Amino acid sequence: MGIEGIGARVARKEDKRFITGRGRYVEDMVVPGMKYGVFVRSPHAHAKIRSIDLSAAQEMPGVIGIYTGPELKADGIGNLICGWMIHSKDGSPMNMGQWSPLATDTVRYVGDAVAIVVAETRGQARDAADAVVVEYEELPAVTNVVEALKDGAPQLHPEAKGNLIFDWEIGDSSATDEALSQAVHITKMHIVNNRLVPNAMEPRAALGVYDMAEDHYTLWTTSQNPHVARLVISAFYNVAPENKLRVIAPDVGGGFGSKIFIYPEEVVCLWASRKSGVPVKWTADRTEAFLCDAHGRDHVTEVQMGFDADNRMVGLKVDTIANFGAYMSLFSSSVPTYLYATLLSGQYAIPAIHCNVRAVYTNTAPVDAYRGAGRPEATYLLERTVETAARELGVSPAELRRKNFVRTFPYQTPVIMNYDTGDYEASLNAAMQAAQWDTFPQRRDEARARGKLRGIGMSCYIEACGIAPSQAVGSLGAGVGLWESAEVRVNAVGTIEVLTGSHSHGQGHETTFAQLVAGRLGIPIEQVSIVHGDTDKVQMGMGTYGSRSGAVGMSALLKAMEKVEAKAKKIAAHQLEADENDIVIENGEVKVAGTDRTLPWAQVALAAYTAHNLPAGMEPGLKETAFYDPQNFTFPAGCYIAEVEIDPDTGKTEVVQFVAADDFGVIINPMIVEGQVHGGIAQGIGQALLEGCHYDATSGQLITASFMDYTMPRADDLPSFQISHQTTPCTTNPLGIKGCGEAGAIGSPPAIINAITDAIGNNNLTMPATPNVVWKLLHASV
Amino acid sequence: MYQTTYHRASSIDEAVRLLSEAEDAKLVAGGQTLIPTMKQRLAAPSDLIDLRHIPELKGITVSGNSVRIGAGTPHAQVADSQEIRAVCPAFCELAGVIGDPHVRHMGTIGGSIANNDPAADYPAAMLGLKGTIHTSKRDVSADDFFVGLFETALEADEIITAVSFTAPQKAGYAKFRNPASRYAMTGVFVAQHGDGVRVAVTGAGENGVFRATELEARLAGSFDEAALQGATVPSSGLISDIHASAEYRANLIVVMAKRALAAANG
Amino acid sequence: MAEITMVVNGRKVTQTVEDRTLLVHFLREHVGLTGTHVGCDTSQCGACVVHVDGKAVKSCTMLAAQASGTEVVTIEGLAKGDQLHPVQAAFKEHHGLQCGFCTPGMIMAAVDMINRHPEGLDEKTVRAELEGNICRCTGYHNIVKAILAASEAVSANRVVAA
Repeated sequence: MGIEGIGARVARKEDKRFITGRGRYVEDMVVPGMKYGVFVRSPHAHAKIRSIDLSAAQEMPGVIGIYTGPELKADGIGNLICGWMIHSKDGSPMNMGQWSPLATDTVRYVGDAVAIVVAETRGQARDAADAVVVEYEELPAVTNVVEALKDGAPQLHPEAKGNLIFDWEIGDSSATDEALSQAVHITKMHIVNNRLVPNAMEPRAALGVYDMAEDHYTLWTTSQNPHVARLVISAFYNVAPENKLRVIAPDVGGGFGSKIFIYPEEVVCLWASRKSGVPVKWTADRTEAFLCDAHGRDHVTEVQMGFDADNRMVGLKVDTIANFGAYMSLFSSSVPTYLYATLLSGQYAIPAIHCNVRAVYTNTAPVDAYRGAGRPEATYLLERTVETAARELGVSPAELRRKNFVRTFPYQTPVIMNYDTGDYEASLNAAMQAAQWDTFPQRRDEARARGKLRGIGMSCYIEACGIAPSQAVGSLGAGVGLWESAEVRVNAVGTIEVLTGSHSHGQGHETTFAQLVAGRLGIPIEQVSIVHGDTDKVQMGMGTYGSRSGAVGMSALLKAMEKVEAKAKKIAAHQLEADENDIVIENGEVKVAGTDRTLPWAQVALAAYTAHNLPAGMEPGLKETAFYDPQNFTFPAGCYIAEVEIDPDTGKTEVVQFVAADDFGVIINPMIVEGQVHGGIAQGIGQALLEGCHYDATSGQLITASFMDYTMPRADDLPSFQISHQTTPCTTNPLGIKGCGEAGAIGSPPAIINAITDAIGNNNLTMPATPNVVWKLLHASV
Repeated sequence: MYQTTYHRASSIDEAVRLLSEAEDAKLVAGGQTLIPTMKQRLAAPSDLIDLRHIPELKGITVSGNSVRIGAGTPHAQVADSQEIRAVCPAFCELAGVIGDPHVRHMGTIGGSIANNDPAADYPAAMLGLKGTIHTSKRDVSADDFFVGLFETALEADEIITAVSFTAPQKAGYAKFRNPASRYAMTGVFVAQHGDGVRVAVTGAGENGVFRATELEARLAGSFDEAALQGATVPSSGLISDIHASAEYRANLIVVMAKRALAAANG
Repeated sequence: MAEITMVVNGRKVTQTVEDRTLLVHFLREHVGLTGTHVGCDTSQCGACVVHVDGKAVKSCTMLAAQASGTEVVTIEGLAKGDQLHPVQAAFKEHHGLQCGFCTPGMIMAAVDMINRHPEGLDEKTVRAELEGNICRCTGYHNIVKAILAASEAVSANRVVAA
């Protein structure tokens, strides 16, 4: 491998356009004749629409058209769907309510879209939207999952009686009950995983362009997976067949899951472009993002973890209620089921596990995947419970974990997953050493002398990335395959374009994917360009989420490269009159191994296109495509240690040290991987200390609807992080990559909360641990 | 933002005239509160009268212990003023923690005081310093100026031109920020004057800035943290929201008062 | 309507726009400089930071009319031709950006911060002074590193220039 290959700390190729203001995001796009769309949204959490009066609004300056739900239905636009079928434990399919992109008769959360106004300017569209008169008949609303399940609770959808979407289970219930009945000690926890708002810094936007002459649509959208968007919009929402719909996701300003899903606005902008005859661009303002982006987490869980006399885990029983919001978002049903309960074994050998999950409608924004998606919820409950158990059992949290670690691989858990490899103790040891765990008591005493409460907490997480294989997830209800594609186009001069179905919205694909290619061929990284995010360029792909781009996307790229290299070797062998098995590619040359008989890479490429002297029967050209479907998930794991100091006068927590020791398998670019971990940890600390989404329980109004009330982590809320890697290469993909995008957000919340509860000596702590919350506990315990 | 008509005044007289002529005009100085409010369509002035280009509203004058600051002076300029720092460093410290650096470049002392946001910093300083608010019509003492939530003694056609105060013997400010908005969740300004002590509280009161008279009484004899040992303030009348209960804010008032004292005595 | 004249990145521009037009929308939609972004409605995120008469301000919290007659520098005007500003170079070198959306405002804020602190910067000051800029990707770790490195580079240049 060359200096810019796998493992090299290469500065990002894509940076220049972002640091010079030349990035191109959807909101930056201007097309001829483009006008602006603004949505009329429900101010109520739950109401019947009695009437919509457009007359005043239609007379407003600049208005081109105003379109409503009944018209949309009349045009045959389909309801939004959830693409992962879950069956309840009684065998019945999930109870999915209807979600029209524009509400027809009922609104079910504050922000539910009712109409779109298209006008000459953004201001005029907003003015006219304000003038649309919608008469509502208010209905009682419910926002809390526990309340929503009670008798007499307001009912959201006739399809879901009692607001219950499904009642699902995994694992062996009776074996777990039996194990717990034999347990010497049982630790019981009531765990609330707080609701979060993803808040990618770029608000969502969509630009729908209908070309009447070609009967063709183009959608520019802030998407993590434009191909899935095209598939779903075409197959289920009846906007246009796939060959008449191009979806482009240009530079996208962060996603964290929230830009996976197909939202009403994307469908409506396409449809409104046809209705109005003009391209329609809509850009969310931040309040719209708070109201309408899919939120994350929001679980209420009861946990029981049983131990034998030797402090070995014997059983784990989990009962979770998951808030789905008012409608089932695209992948919502997979999050608290197969992305959550299957991770409940954590890093531990637990012989019996059972988890029951009830999914519930409430009058809140839809809830779906947010960085980690299910795995943070699993890790939080496990690592809080293990830490609590250690305190109850009077053993050190590290020793209790060590005692129960999975140590032989592959390891089959009782909840589907089969861990291929790992070394949990290595990460634990590395983290404890970096955190100077042994000398913590001195730091605690020193802090006490300054009037501060110091605490330390750890978390050992496991996650599952590169969700796969397609056949397996299909059998579990997934509506899509979870492979990835890659196309390698070698130009006649030897430069290369890589087309990938993955999408980069901050992850640095333009660099890491190019590193793989440049490294294998030994050519400069500048000669490799990465193309993504456009359904007209890349044939098909599954996009970026679940930390899958490296493990799945780059494996596809490797497969395509192997095909390209094989052909290049054949050409070189022919021209050098050698056996193709003797040909190697290195340092930009295709050569006979151990000799000075070489051809420059560019010359082989040129030969493929001149086709003057190719082996008999060989097609001209040098371009290959591969689809890669993984054999298994990958299982990144690690140990995080947080050290906090609390000001007892104010309850304010300062994170004074944060250590992460991760096993991501093989790392392509350590600089980029570290950046992913930093960002994940910041979001995890955000969840633990700062971020909480609040709805008013009776009115259903979103109280935290802007950055004025929803606390985004800022620079002075966070420390610098200490990061290390321990590597056990993944055994189920050819590159040994496990994935790194979500680990930080998964591993950090329990480490922080374990540290705070250690500091204050009170375990009854909920997230976010705001100063007021911590202060109250401190004074309750006096 | 709703439609509005922008005017740029070049003198106080012109601004007053524009204000009286328009149907529903608002003055804009730095605009750091008004513009966001208008963006969210929570304010819809027919006219905006820009005060940033009026020379009379600019400038800082310090003579002896007397400090006079033009209403149009941005927070950053106050924070950086060596003249003010020499006689009342707490005032500069306070100005330096308003908003963020970008906001401090635009936001002005006159705008902050006229708006009287219950979580703004300057009102606490003005009340604690027994300051005077000078307007296009009169001089008003801070005691009479801050009436209630976003309410002041300003009349419809009156413009703040400057503020002034006499530097106290000692002063200090401590603020506990709302974690999300970064406004004061509780901010306490303490000042030791020749004739007594003032403790002014912002961010906590349902009616905006107020004086913590219980704490003033304790500090009258001894301007020292120790004098606040065991002190409490009632939580009645304090704001309770998702970020902080009234009880917690009552605690913060005492804690911030102690820290302000430590800064003052530093 | 208001006639707006200002010098943007060294070039004089004159446009007639609605009085309610924000500076950020003036720059993006009327001058065509889309590097300056809008990330919130409450003047907190700082994605829109530009320099007006040499000082960092939030262009979403200023009317274009208020800025008429000023000199404005945006992210597009920071580099001198192909020569990146030291802050831009440091953001690339230290991986101080991921999705790039907050980056223009972050860089303009950092340039202003370094200008205001010729004595140099430490980590605590940098973190405190980033209060008006929100990033969701980086956890700020590498942004802080980049600003500290750029501050040193600028100081070194200053010494050389002197």
